[in-house]
Amino acid sequence: MSGKALSLAAALLSLLFLGIFLAIWHVATVPKAQSQAPVDEYAKLLGKGAKQAEGFPTLAQLGEAAAVQLTDPFYDRGANDKGIGIQLGHSLARVGAGYALAILFAVPLGFLIGMSPLLYRALNPYIQLLKPISPLAWMPIALYTIRDSSISGVFVIFICSVWPMLINTAFGVASVRRDWLNVARTLEVRPLRKAFAVILPAAAPTILTGMRISIGIAWLVIVAAEMLVGGTGIGYFVWNEWNNLNLTNVIFAILVIGVVGMVLDFLIGRLQAAVTYVE
Amino acid sequence: MSFLQVQELARRYGATTVFERVSFTIEKGEFVCIIGHSGCGKTTILNILAGLDTASAGTVIMDNREVAGPSLERGVVFQGHALMPWLTAMGNIAFAVRSRWPNWNHIQVQTHCQKFIDMVGLTGAEHKKPAELSGGMKQRVGIARAFAIQPKMLLLDEPFGALDALTRGTIQDELLRICEATRQTVFMITHDVDEAILLADRILLMSNGPGACVAEIVENPLPKPRDRHSIHHDPQYYRVRNHLVDFLVNRSKRYQSGELGNRGQAPISAKIVNLRH
Repeated sequence: MSGKALSLAAALLSLLFLGIFLAIWHVATVPKAQSQAPVDEYAKLLGKGAKQAEGFPTLAQLGEAAAVQLTDPFYDRGANDKGIGIQLGHSLARVGAGYALAILFAVPLGFLIGMSPLLYRALNPYIQLLKPISPLAWMPIALYTIRDSSISGVFVIFICSVWPMLINTAFGVASVRRDWLNVARTLEVRPLRKAFAVILPAAAPTILTGMRISIGIAWLVIVAAEMLVGGTGIGYFVWNEWNNLNLTNVIFAILVIGVVGMVLDFLIGRLQAAVTYVE
Repeated sequence: MSFLQVQELARRYGATTVFERVSFTIEKGEFVCIIGHSGCGKTTILNILAGLDTASAGTVIMDNREVAGPSLERGVVFQGHALMPWLTAMGNIAFAVRSRWPNWNHIQVQTHCQKFIDMVGLTGAEHKKPAELSGGMKQRVGIARAFAIQPKMLLLDEPFGALDALTRGTIQDELLRICEATRQTVFMITHDVDEAILLADRILLMSNGPGACVAEIVENPLPKPRDRHSIHHDPQYYRVRNHLVDFLVNRSKRYQSGELGNRGQAPISAKIVNLRH
């Protein structure tokens, strides 16, 4: 199959899968024709026969909710009723801040660790110890010391983004080809120029791989973190709608989280492609 | 005083001596090749001359100064071309040129680079990345990069080893032409006897390692300018060639075992071989 035909076939198959999925959803949630038989005492006792509309949302309900949310995504009617756009904005701001701090911290430190076998060995046990800790486990300590739920969220994003970047930067810097460093040495290139003109471009694809892993983890973690601390953000939105028993909005929010995560990954992926070189 | 003096160079790893008592000189404008089997320490010697490696004993003096580290005075063409893959051909050469003349402006750098790109016959491929170039073109960029910093001495580590015979011949011709034009002093490692006869004024022959040494220094009797297409018609050509091949096949081992030379001890100075009639 040629490339074009393959793409077309893949697209059609994707659409088919979507169709099957939506069809199953539709069939499973379509409201059953209510028997108009009088409700007996027993059923009443069990709560049956009451309004059944609160079941799993149908496609039409989801579409309706999406339309409502998307026509006015930035409304603000008090603490517990904000548009999804505002909530997303809060989440993205926290992820952006935590992620940016992680870059500022991890890339220079990773550089040093990668350049120095001594530092690499000295710090490696701590990195290995801290890396597997769920970032949410830091939350109580963050809340206690920072005393601000929003900044604690930023801290949690920082702590979960920092490890992949740190490890990948150190690895990328440590494995720069000896030949290129020798070229720099024979040309008497000064250390700072060597760092920016040889080591950084050589390690950039590996560093960006770390950054791409980090953005994925950060977007996973922000939802959980916001569910935990509440207040604002897409995670809080999901939890709030669950408390309102509004599953339609929960499903809509899940879709939005997926789309935003995909866009974030795509953006870093583009950056990664821009710095990747063929040897 | 010779331009380059290598005195009593040795390299040891623990109890193993890779080579010892390596002494030779190179005059300004001279082209010297070194031949020997793998493991005799040729690349280590070249790296010591470049300042990238240090010797266990001995000294290297270039232009009355001891070689104590890498320097822009010595340009190196690496075995694996060592081009930076994220830079274009021009970018790789410009990186070297900017290192040599940090105060040059963009135009000066570009003009200088273009001159050397044209010199190695890469006109039109300036803006290609190494991955888009053939093996021969990559090595040409490496050569242009080394020449562009106008070093006092050029060190070539088996630069044509990975190339096909046709490409190798073309680049050898170019190198010969450039060296004649610039009177460049060159030290080059090769495995190819014909290449050595074509390019070198003198050929250093290393015995096998461990415990290798420069056993013989052969003066190339073939007159300059040498031409790849007619050189093998010279009556002296096969005498030189046989002498070199003989060394690689037989004598390199016998020097190592002590059958030739000073009974297992590396000779203090290599045997000078003059094959002129």
